[in-house]
Amino acid sequence: MSIFGVGLDQPGRSVLLTGNEAVARGAIEAGVAFAACYPGSPTAEVLPTLAQLGEKFNIYTEFSTNEKVAIEAAAAASFAGLRSLTICKVDGFNVALDFATAISLSGNKGGMVIMVGDDPNAHSSIKEEDCRFLARTASLPLLEPATVMEAKEITKFAFELSEKIMLPVVVRCTTRICHASGDVKLGELPTAEKKASLTRDQKFVTTPLFSQFMKSKIKNAADMAECSPFNYYTGPENAEKIVIACGPSYNYALEAVEILGLKDSVGVLKISTTWPLPENLILRYLKSAREVVFVEEIDSFLEDGVMTLAAKYWDEVGKVKFYGKNSGHVASPKGPFAGELDPDVVTGCLGKIFNAHYESPGLPNIKEARDLLNNNLPGRELALCAGCPHRASYWAIKTAVELDGRNAIVLGDIGCYSLGLVRTGYSLLQSVHCMGAGIGIASGLGKLDRFQFKQPVIAVLGDSTFYHAAPQALINARYNQSSMLCIILDNETTAMTGHQPHPGRGISATGQPLGKVEIEAILAGMGIPVTVHDPYDVEGTTEVVYKILQETGPRALVLRRACALMAVKGRKKNRVYVDQDKCIGDDCGCARFCSRVFACPANIWDAQRGRASIDEAVCNGCGVCASLCPQQAIVVERTV
Amino acid sequence: MSNMFVLFKPLNVIVTGVGGQGNVLASQVLAAAAIEAGYRVSVGETFGASQRGGSVMSHVRISRDRTCGPLIPKGGAHLIVGFEPLETLRILMDYGNPETVVVMNDRPNYPIGCLLGEEKYPEPDLIIKAINKLVVKIHVLPATDLAREAGNAMAANMVLTGALSGCSLLPFDSRFFTGVIDTLFSGDVRALNMKAFEKGRETVQG
Repeated sequence: MSIFGVGLDQPGRSVLLTGNEAVARGAIEAGVAFAACYPGSPTAEVLPTLAQLGEKFNIYTEFSTNEKVAIEAAAAASFAGLRSLTICKVDGFNVALDFATAISLSGNKGGMVIMVGDDPNAHSSIKEEDCRFLARTASLPLLEPATVMEAKEITKFAFELSEKIMLPVVVRCTTRICHASGDVKLGELPTAEKKASLTRDQKFVTTPLFSQFMKSKIKNAADMAECSPFNYYTGPENAEKIVIACGPSYNYALEAVEILGLKDSVGVLKISTTWPLPENLILRYLKSAREVVFVEEIDSFLEDGVMTLAAKYWDEVGKVKFYGKNSGHVASPKGPFAGELDPDVVTGCLGKIFNAHYESPGLPNIKEARDLLNNNLPGRELALCAGCPHRASYWAIKTAVELDGRNAIVLGDIGCYSLGLVRTGYSLLQSVHCMGAGIGIASGLGKLDRFQFKQPVIAVLGDSTFYHAAPQALINARYNQSSMLCIILDNETTAMTGHQPHPGRGISATGQPLGKVEIEAILAGMGIPVTVHDPYDVEGTTEVVYKILQETGPRALVLRRACALMAVKGRKKNRVYVDQDKCIGDDCGCARFCSRVFACPANIWDAQRGRASIDEAVCNGCGVCASLCPQQAIVVERTV
Repeated sequence: MSNMFVLFKPLNVIVTGVGGQGNVLASQVLAAAAIEAGYRVSVGETFGASQRGGSVMSHVRISRDRTCGPLIPKGGAHLIVGFEPLETLRILMDYGNPETVVVMNDRPNYPIGCLLGEEKYPEPDLIIKAINKLVVKIHVLPATDLAREAGNAMAANMVLTGALSGCSLLPFDSRFFTGVIDTLFSGDVRALNMKAFEKGRETVQG
């Protein structure tokens, strides 16, 4: 979305950047030389932004196969004295955690930053998890920006902090930072030469003996946090009522205090150095406070930290009442430990706690308006895109499973195709956990035959997930001869996070050709038999799935067809339309197959004519519906 | 409008529609134009995974002097730009007040429940009537048709961007928008988007 360049050399100018672009700009201003990531929403756009500017600022960028490899590659650059960045979502930080807990013992050299995206309300995730606990487990300091502008400043500072204390620094950005945008004042661009150097006498080893040294580094970070410009207080002096907030919640709290008319009595303390905490700074405000409210998202990290602090200095702090997630006072409509905060939620919570009332200016005639529509406002659930090859694959798999009739178990994975859990994917999937889990579970189920478990087992996963997490589980299935069918829905890209390339595409983050790492070759090397088919040939795919289902042992099927959105980019689409003379509407007996059953969003019903129709603004021209229409009433005019 | 301005100091604009309609780009053009005009801007995007078909809404908050949070409080929208009738009404019911100005495309985008025949999409005329009961000012325009006239139905987002710039609610004029469109696009696409923008603007002012 980069409207006015992340790469502009105009210090002092304000430009519109997304939070992800602001992090990229902060890294550029800090002189980052090396960036590696596996894409995950909400942070997926950081690396592509850096990749576009890699030539200009001499930055190496790569999409790594997974987050553990990415953090290790970034650490390598840091060991060689370069500033390096790795980016992941919190689920990816789990994958990288093994290394993260080790590098805190060995330390690093060049400034190293780990940007982690947390996703309150799980807008683009399957769960909500708080990366701050992981940073603490790994003994890595963590900073969290409250605004897009601060995302840039904090990222830049994180590189300096990392070099000072010789630990990688985690920058936590929630979705409301990553996907938000705002005016960002550009800083100076670096001029220093970037040179890698690693001599034989430099060692980066981990031993438990270094634990104490590591703790002293964290102590240094805590001392520096005491006078950090990213922590500040707004409100009356010696306030008896204070709100302690971090991340975007800080602005919600400020706005709530203002809306409730509490500015003269309630202070707001913003903390960006969430771990380790600046103890003296917080104590200064705790001493006068009698009521303290915590406003933060996902888990009670800040709350737990401050309450521990209050317990440690109980004789100085005195009697204080704490309100937050643990007391249940600060909660989204989904509960204190789920969902996300917003100005209305925080206004409601603070209003109750401080006994202040506010009613939002509503719409007086809302009942009349609802009555006019008989209160009918249909919801909008997610759907696979028009022309999505996964829809064709799922239809074929569903049909083959029904033909087989043995109640095959179908396990899912993480990607666009997770929508196989819901109606757009015919509710085919039975489990979704984390990347690669479907195959691991399948490899377990495939060994239950001695316990009278006779159903066929299918694991579906995408191509990018295959490279990220499948090989270990597939080797396990092959080694232990588990009876399972692994179906790889290969749309030749990492579609869900925005079409980033992967080893199967054979191009780099900057678009350079690198040669493909073939899925078939990997499977062949493992000794797993593999078949490849085009899912747009729905009938043929159904036959292939059915046939392979009858076999036993570990086996694989690649259903390969490029993502429909990627395929039509910059090209003229095929024109697909319904021949109004051939479609016989409800007389057909097909139950409006194209719109109601196959349910591609482009297949609509023309109620006036009583005939099927195609929404040309939505259709991507795949023509799959044409091959399934019992009247052969759908015409495809091919342009490609 | 004056009361709302006092209560929620920034000017609050919501752009809403369905994933894939180009509404995010419209909000970014508005935000970039505001920054060029010297304002502070916060934009909050609400969308799920990048699959299409889900509701998408952007909150754009334009302020003289401060960085606002990325989300607009309920009832606090001064202007709602809807790319689709049902979503426009849905968002208006949450974020509107009687003085909210509505700019809306008249073309429905059917949710999967309606395609499956389980639910019925309300008659668009009825949606317009309902909106008229809620607020004083609504501009309905055939943005998709106007975009097609300009050269491509996909440019409906720029028609609506033109319309929002033309409804005299913003504290800066349309040349800041055209400046952004000029920087953002090149060649035929720039010409198409400029034409679409002007069509939207003229329709609202007409």
